[in-house]
Amino acid sequence: MGRRITYREALREALREALQTDPRVFLMGEDVGRYGGSYAVSKGLLDEFGPERIRDTPLSELGFVGAGVGAALGGMRPIVEIMTVNFSLLALDPIVNGAAMLRHMSGGQFSVPLVIRMASGAGRQVAAQHSNSFESWYAHVPGLRVLSPATVEDARAMLAPALADPDPVLIFEHAQLYNMEQELPDGDPLVVDIQRASVRRVGRDVSLITCGGCLPKAMKAAEELVNLGIEAEVIDLRVLRPLDDATLMASVRKCHRAVIVMEAWRSGSLAAEIMARIAEQAFFDLDAPLARVCSEEVPIPYARHMEEAALPQVEKIVAAVQAVLGTAS
Amino acid sequence: MIEFTLPSLGADMDEGTLLSWQVKPGDKVRRGQVVAVVDTSKAAVDVEIWHDGVVQELKVAPGEKVPVGTVLATLRETGESATATATPTPAPAVPIPKAGLAPRHPVSPLARKRAAELGVDPDTLRGSGAQGSVTLADIEAAALPKPDVAKSGAPAVSAASARQQEMRRAIAAAMSRSKREIPHYYLSETIPMATALNWLQRRNQDLPIAERILPAALLLKAVAVALQRTPQLNGYFRNNTFEPANSVHAGVAISLRGGGLVAPAIHAVETLTLTQVMAALGDLVKRARAGSLRSSEMSDPSITVTNLGEQGAQTVFGVIYPPQVALVGFGAITVRPWVEAGAVCAAPLLTASLAADHRVSDGHQGALFLIELRERLQEPQALAEAGSTPAAEQEKTP
Repeated sequence: MGRRITYREALREALREALQTDPRVFLMGEDVGRYGGSYAVSKGLLDEFGPERIRDTPLSELGFVGAGVGAALGGMRPIVEIMTVNFSLLALDPIVNGAAMLRHMSGGQFSVPLVIRMASGAGRQVAAQHSNSFESWYAHVPGLRVLSPATVEDARAMLAPALADPDPVLIFEHAQLYNMEQELPDGDPLVVDIQRASVRRVGRDVSLITCGGCLPKAMKAAEELVNLGIEAEVIDLRVLRPLDDATLMASVRKCHRAVIVMEAWRSGSLAAEIMARIAEQAFFDLDAPLARVCSEEVPIPYARHMEEAALPQVEKIVAAVQAVLGTAS
Repeated sequence: MIEFTLPSLGADMDEGTLLSWQVKPGDKVRRGQVVAVVDTSKAAVDVEIWHDGVVQELKVAPGEKVPVGTVLATLRETGESATATATPTPAPAVPIPKAGLAPRHPVSPLARKRAAELGVDPDTLRGSGAQGSVTLADIEAAALPKPDVAKSGAPAVSAASARQQEMRRAIAAAMSRSKREIPHYYLSETIPMATALNWLQRRNQDLPIAERILPAALLLKAVAVALQRTPQLNGYFRNNTFEPANSVHAGVAISLRGGGLVAPAIHAVETLTLTQVMAALGDLVKRARAGSLRSSEMSDPSITVTNLGEQGAQTVFGVIYPPQVALVGFGAITVRPWVEAGAVCAAPLLTASLAADHRVSDGHQGALFLIELRERLQEPQALAEAGSTPAAEQEKTP
């Protein structure tokens, strides 16, 4: 019988476990210590583990992410929290030119066992500069592993394999998921992989390929589609780089139709990449044009009704599926 | 080389299906000649050509649905060499096979693969999938042994109702656009009709039925003549500016049997004699109901006149047909109380109404128009003769 906890609590439990089991692990970031984390993920950890291992940093992403890269090179297992993906743009250089490339540049002599966590996504009326979804940008870069936990189970269990990975791993936590409550499956320790996509709902008519904050929307859409006589299969990517082509193609070859649901803008996005791979690998299994539901190509608006209109929503997913099936009214 | 493109036959039309060609390559055509029949969502329309020339190539095959602006055919100008030595494109040595003109029939990759396995020709199937594409299910259904189809009448019925639905959608689109974009204002005026009706009765009494003039024709002529004083009501609002029409092309709202309506134009009404207006009106109603309207009639009415008279409603509150800027409505002519010379009497009365676009004209001009209309109808003999000149006659007749 599993326990029912929130996504936030699951992340905190994972951090606590990592800090308890490996003395090389420490958490570093803006407001992670005394404030308890901007999203209250690290609340209580400062008292439990002390300021050496729960380190508040200045507001300087370039500085503290660079320090994280250095610590990883020096043998530590740092977990760096960047408050949100929006601010990670200030740390692109240590992430991309540093962490992602040092193994290659050093001929395999150095690895950077760094984990970077950050909140991502829109939907909370925090306006354009705090609502971006830049996962696609990081998923573009060889040398990085990019994770997108969309369930409480993944929030609880992805950190351990991420820390065990000898190379840098980025974990994107969609800000709308922190309060989501789900039952944890049994298992002690709870073990998940960080290689494979997951079929969250089995269907036969269309593959809904999604991740992160869009997973709950896709699941809801799949429920509504049942009333229209459509059985959608929902694939949670989980790992945005490297993409698990095998799971995606198996689903597309079964359903013959696919709709990609992702919050990032469509141009040059991971949604575009997935469509390209399906066209490359499963063209002759397709029974309909590919489709996608992404955010409108505008800076995410502040006003609630406009923000809702800009983002992927359940009704947009349902409509896209109907269009693909030729059943749109 | 002249390109003959599919014209827009109304604000609500963005595509049309070519039903048939009336010409073939090598035929000489003259300006105004009907060269093709095109099905819009509303009617089958005879499409005229606007250049003299010789048909070079038909680019669209009957049955194809194409967007407005698509090149339907190319023409050589009169005098242009048939061998086309001067043109950079050499004439094709082998005539392009008819099949080459067919639109690409969408078949999903999976359906095409499965069709090859099952020996089904996907290009003969009607697609049920996205964008009308043939899907796996269509192929597999086609490969099944066919059960006897007992109800052969069913498809025709559903085609008719699909056509109804399409026309309803076209009307919905045009009227929604009108109400969304056009700030309408409305005016109405009661017009005593005794003089006009008496004049018509005298004029008609010795004539055979075919030559009699109906009040509707007189009203159309009155609108055209009255509009000469208020050009702000006659024309088109496009790209945020008003383009006055150079003549009154009165769109006559005609309801069709089985529902729906069209409003094709009678051209240059102000230049026609009353007899000509009547003849044009009779012809238009007949052809609208038979579904053989001409492209020029559908594309350029400059104002709409709607006459609900026969049905007996008293007042029309019209919705302007974009990009036009006004609609004149006539109710039933009924005998009602009227004050004349200080005494109440019973008189045949007509309520004329105007719906006009406030972006283009103001109520003052609208009122002037209605008053002018009323006054013109008090002098039916002058109205019948107004405007028509031999020159205008000649221009009108192709």
